Amino acid sequence: MAEETRANEISTELGPAQEPAFKIIGTRPVRPDGLDKVTGRAVYGIDMRLPGLLYGKVLRSPHAHARIRSIDTCRARALPGVKAVVTAADLPTIAGDPAHLDDASFALYCQRANILAIDKVLYHGHAVAAVAATSLQVAEEAVRLIEVDYEVLPPVLDVVQAMREEAPVLLPSLRTDELGQKSERPNNIASHVRMQRGDPQQAFREAAVVVDREFRTSTVHQGYLEPQTATGLWNSDGQITIWTSTQGIHNQRQQIAGILAMPATRIKMVPMEVGGAFGGKIRVYLEPLAALLSRQSGYRPVKLVMTYAEVLQATGPTSGSYIRVKIGANAAGCITAAEATLAYDAGALPGSPVLDGAGILLSPYKIENFQIDAYDVVVNKPQTGAYRAPGSANANFAAESVIDEVCEKLGMDPIEFRLRNAVQQGDRRIDGTVCGRVGLVETLLAIREHPHYQTPLTGKYRGRGVASAFWFNWGGRSSVTAAVNPDGGVSLVIGAADLSGSRVALAMVLAETLGIHLQAVKPVLGDSDAVGYCDQTSGSRTAFSSGLAVYEVGQKLIQEMAARLGEYWGVPPAEVVFQDGIFAAGAERMTFAQAAAQVTGQCPIVAAISVHPQVVSPAFATHVADVEVDPETGKVTILRYTAAQDVGRALHRSNVEGQMQGGVAQGVGWALYEGYVYSAEGRLLNCNLLDYRMPTALDLPMIDAVVVEVPNPDHPLGVRGAGEIPIVPVPAAIANAIHDALGSRLGMLPMSPARILEAIGVGQPTQPEVG
Amino acid sequence: MCDETILVHAQINGEEVAFACRPAQTLLDVLRGELGLTGVKEACGNGNCGACNVIMNGVLVNSCLVLGAEAEGCTITTIEGIGGPEGLHPLQQKFLEHAALQCGICTPGVLVAAKALLDYNPHPSEQQVRRWLAGNLCRCTGYDKIVRAVLDAADTIALSVAPVAEVSSNG
Amino acid sequence: MQSFRYVRVRSIGEAVPLLAEQACVLSGGTDLLVQLREGRRHATLVVDVKFIPELTELYYDPATGLHLGAAVPCYRINNDPEVAHLYPGLLDATTLVGGIQIQGRATVGGNLCNASPAADSIPALIVHGATCEIAGPAGRRRLPVEAFCAGPGQTVLGKGELLIELRLPPPAAHFGAAYLRFTPRSDMDIAVAGAAAAVQLDQAGTIIRSARVALGAVAPVPLLVSEAGAALAGQLPSAEAIEAAARLAEAAARPIDDVRGTAAQRKHLALVLTRRALQAAIARAQVNTLGRANGHV
Repeated sequence: MAEETRANEISTELGPAQEPAFKIIGTRPVRPDGLDKVTGRAVYGIDMRLPGLLYGKVLRSPHAHARIRSIDTCRARALPGVKAVVTAADLPTIAGDPAHLDDASFALYCQRANILAIDKVLYHGHAVAAVAATSLQVAEEAVRLIEVDYEVLPPVLDVVQAMREEAPVLLPSLRTDELGQKSERPNNIASHVRMQRGDPQQAFREAAVVVDREFRTSTVHQGYLEPQTATGLWNSDGQITIWTSTQGIHNQRQQIAGILAMPATRIKMVPMEVGGAFGGKIRVYLEPLAALLSRQSGYRPVKLVMTYAEVLQATGPTSGSYIRVKIGANAAGCITAAEATLAYDAGALPGSPVLDGAGILLSPYKIENFQIDAYDVVVNKPQTGAYRAPGSANANFAAESVIDEVCEKLGMDPIEFRLRNAVQQGDRRIDGTVCGRVGLVETLLAIREHPHYQTPLTGKYRGRGVASAFWFNWGGRSSVTAAVNPDGGVSLVIGAADLSGSRVALAMVLAETLGIHLQAVKPVLGDSDAVGYCDQTSGSRTAFSSGLAVYEVGQKLIQEMAARLGEYWGVPPAEVVFQDGIFAAGAERMTFAQAAAQVTGQCPIVAAISVHPQVVSPAFATHVADVEVDPETGKVTILRYTAAQDVGRALHRSNVEGQMQGGVAQGVGWALYEGYVYSAEGRLLNCNLLDYRMPTALDLPMIDAVVVEVPNPDHPLGVRGAGEIPIVPVPAAIANAIHDALGSRLGMLPMSPARILEAIGVGQPTQPEVG
Repeated sequence: MCDETILVHAQINGEEVAFACRPAQTLLDVLRGELGLTGVKEACGNGNCGACNVIMNGVLVNSCLVLGAEAEGCTITTIEGIGGPEGLHPLQQKFLEHAALQCGICTPGVLVAAKALLDYNPHPSEQQVRRWLAGNLCRCTGYDKIVRAVLDAADTIALSVAPVAEVSSNG
Repeated sequence: MQSFRYVRVRSIGEAVPLLAEQACVLSGGTDLLVQLREGRRHATLVVDVKFIPELTELYYDPATGLHLGAAVPCYRINNDPEVAHLYPGLLDATTLVGGIQIQGRATVGGNLCNASPAADSIPALIVHGATCEIAGPAGRRRLPVEAFCAGPGQTVLGKGELLIELRLPPPAAHFGAAYLRFTPRSDMDIAVAGAAAAVQLDQAGTIIRSARVALGAVAPVPLLVSEAGAALAGQLPSAEAIEAAARLAEAAARPIDDVRGTAAQRKHLALVLTRRALQAAIARAQVNTLGRANGHV
């Protein structure tokens, strides 16, 4: 039987791996930037100080949907201490009828409209104007003095309602890209994309088990603690400097250049320490405002910091969604057919992560017959931004809940079912890509063999749930520069933002490559002029792509050193061998430090590398959660949680564990506590950290992070991206555990206590909250 | 607009300090602004995240919910007052060893809160640590390594104050 | 934040005239500063009352009971051994208010004067039979805590009046009280619903002589549910009697839908939490043999 052969193949593949003996990679050194972070010395974006600084505030729309008839800033400008007031009129305009823009112009229009509303406000909190003044107090007063005449329009807040013919239209320029064809009339559906293969209808007819369910998820926010901030200086010579907490200085430079219609080279982005991001600090919000206010104020530096209410109202949370998943399986437990419809709200401007969601939905599994329809829909909420594996946790919640139900109907253990269907090398995934060497099976086995899974769960109202997940990961462009110092130390200038400890991981790569102590490598984050273009730290790419760049820059330094030593020793460079930190030729020997002292005096040794890896290996994870539910109150307690994830190779072991644990915590919040709640008029009701509830230390147990290493053959160190996938399977694992505990399945996120009570028949049915 | 100024005297991180503030300024505003102690962070603005934690007259408080004027005559410890030239506090050291921080923005508040905990209860259980730190949000770590670091620091401190007699009985 | 003047007063006599000018009282500040910052309250003058001796006293007198100054912060209550021994039902509430940092500043007096329908300390105070001592231009007055709140965010304090002290009667032997609440997270949330219960058993510790039940977050003000207490009088503390009282509490609850919970959920929680609070109060009453309040050893 094919299934038995497959099971045998799985077990023989898992021989002991030939592990290279790393000295530094895989260990847990203290990070060089750690001292400043535990003493309060580290300078974050919000801590920026400059002489002569002005303070900015933004005026934001109280309405979810309204036409702007007029803006009167006279009284604000007249207030003593006010140095600048800007509106959309101060942004470059786009020629042509706003209702009929070409794609590129429309994209730029959307970018500018989000910075400052142009003719309409599209969500509660949409920026309308900004001021700069000599104190925050004066700036706040000035904002109150700006008069805006709004014509309030009916809002649409729900993704399904927004798709209806009769829904209010947000953007007159928006035409649906319907399977490649542009629609005639404007509506709120930005695009409809379909992925299909085989004949799912026929396969469903033949299936032994079919499960078809619908799901709804609420808007959730990345919840980074440091609010958005930007300090900008537009100098009188037209050179602009922006100090900001960002995931990508070069990407943001491009955005600002486009929004302000100027060459990017005139803009220097200085990376401050970042107090959390998770995808929410890729898009610019305050940076262009800081620049404009600086210019208008007479070229003085201007600092803007959002309040937390503004963060929740007006940055980039992730989509609320409607998802339908239908899965068919045969009696042997193989998935034979799948159908899914995903409708994601993009907030006010197009570009939700619905395609990512569609692409990951069932990608852990081999499926020959499927049709997946993905709709990107605008609604009167803030434009969505990326949140840790964008579009994935909610899609995974839907798919893995249905898989769990299929397992239940077949009477199969959830791990065995997933092993039976798991993609392996050579299998074609749903998004069409053929798998290279990947580690999904290893994560399933790691969970199956783990003491957590091996220990039966006993007690009433207790349950266990399993979920697996896939995430693409990203390669992207990375640049680094390294300079060898005469004392044998190496300064490593990194283009990538360090959100959580990547600078130490990258330093470890260089130290390992050069055979020197970690302390001899000095990693620094370069500003946008000091280092080449580097895509933002997102997409689980930095350890992978910047790690590759650092490895290659190390190789280049070695080559250069060997060449110089060859000259010095009078031998051809090819005869100079470098191994375990020692250069040798014949009887000659030098350590890296000795060589540096000898050869850098003549002429410095500096190397710069840019990479753009084209083959990116995806991430897979399997999680198991034990919960206890209080059937009288609907309260869920997480008793135990184990996450297994294939990371290829862990550079800094604690960093990788930390990514896994942090992703799990965010997933718990998404699953149980978090969700935007809007009034009928479209005002965000829970825009503070009291009522936007994120997990506290008391809501979580220890989180067992099982680091599985199936080295990535397409990376010199075997690294695979690891940062995003930890969040993806969490809501599903918890939902499946709640089902195991109560016998009821919840189809809505968050699985709040009220909804759990309703699921077990207590209390009145609740409507999906608008959010 | 009222621009009345109040002169406040307090002891901050062991030093006598005098500052002028408006009545509406919070202690957090003053610490980060007038006094330049930017280790104390402002995040949620309403007492729900703990990033602004300081110890005031021996009590852990959210400095965003204290007026600058209320600091008159008080003894205040911020993150800048934990550890010093003689070395890091064991909590700081253990946070580094356990990698109990990722972005680090919550870390000053968590360290101040943890210090207040160990001053109050030198031998907390895991649950007691979690309950004490429930007012300190961290979005990066999932709290696992934070809790381990605090428990490890408690053990380290306990060992370092063990009476000499115990040591010699082992040797 | 809006501008205001700040003054630190050191006596009730100094405070009362200032309050007549529509000033805000600052005790712990954990509600007031948030409200001022968000523009939900406006102040031209903030009067810091934490240095008035009567407002910061915390002591137990076997004859008169617990004297809890209005400006005593929760952390002092939480660490007082006598309170722990004699009023564990009060500690149930004061250890739940916010987190440790909030308890470092927040006061029971402030919690009461803020008059949130969801306040944690108020149901606990009510079931203990606590009274408020108020000072004002016309002198002093005293009233039961259940009469203090007039609506969400509104109290019966008149112009110039200041809450001085809460007084909890000395607990007799076989008295027990408890407070429970429901929050979605484990801490740091405003109560979705809360229930406090107190029972006084007879000398043998078997029959309920009297009982009090109070609910939070299910009505515009914290609710004393007299009928629930009355239904328990003279009863054995059986499951049936407890359930009947809990059902009366559920019926008395008149909650709303809001961002924190639904009305249906809150009604149901009123039933569940009252039952659990009564069970906890009865358990405490059954082991409470101290009789210290009556001077017995």
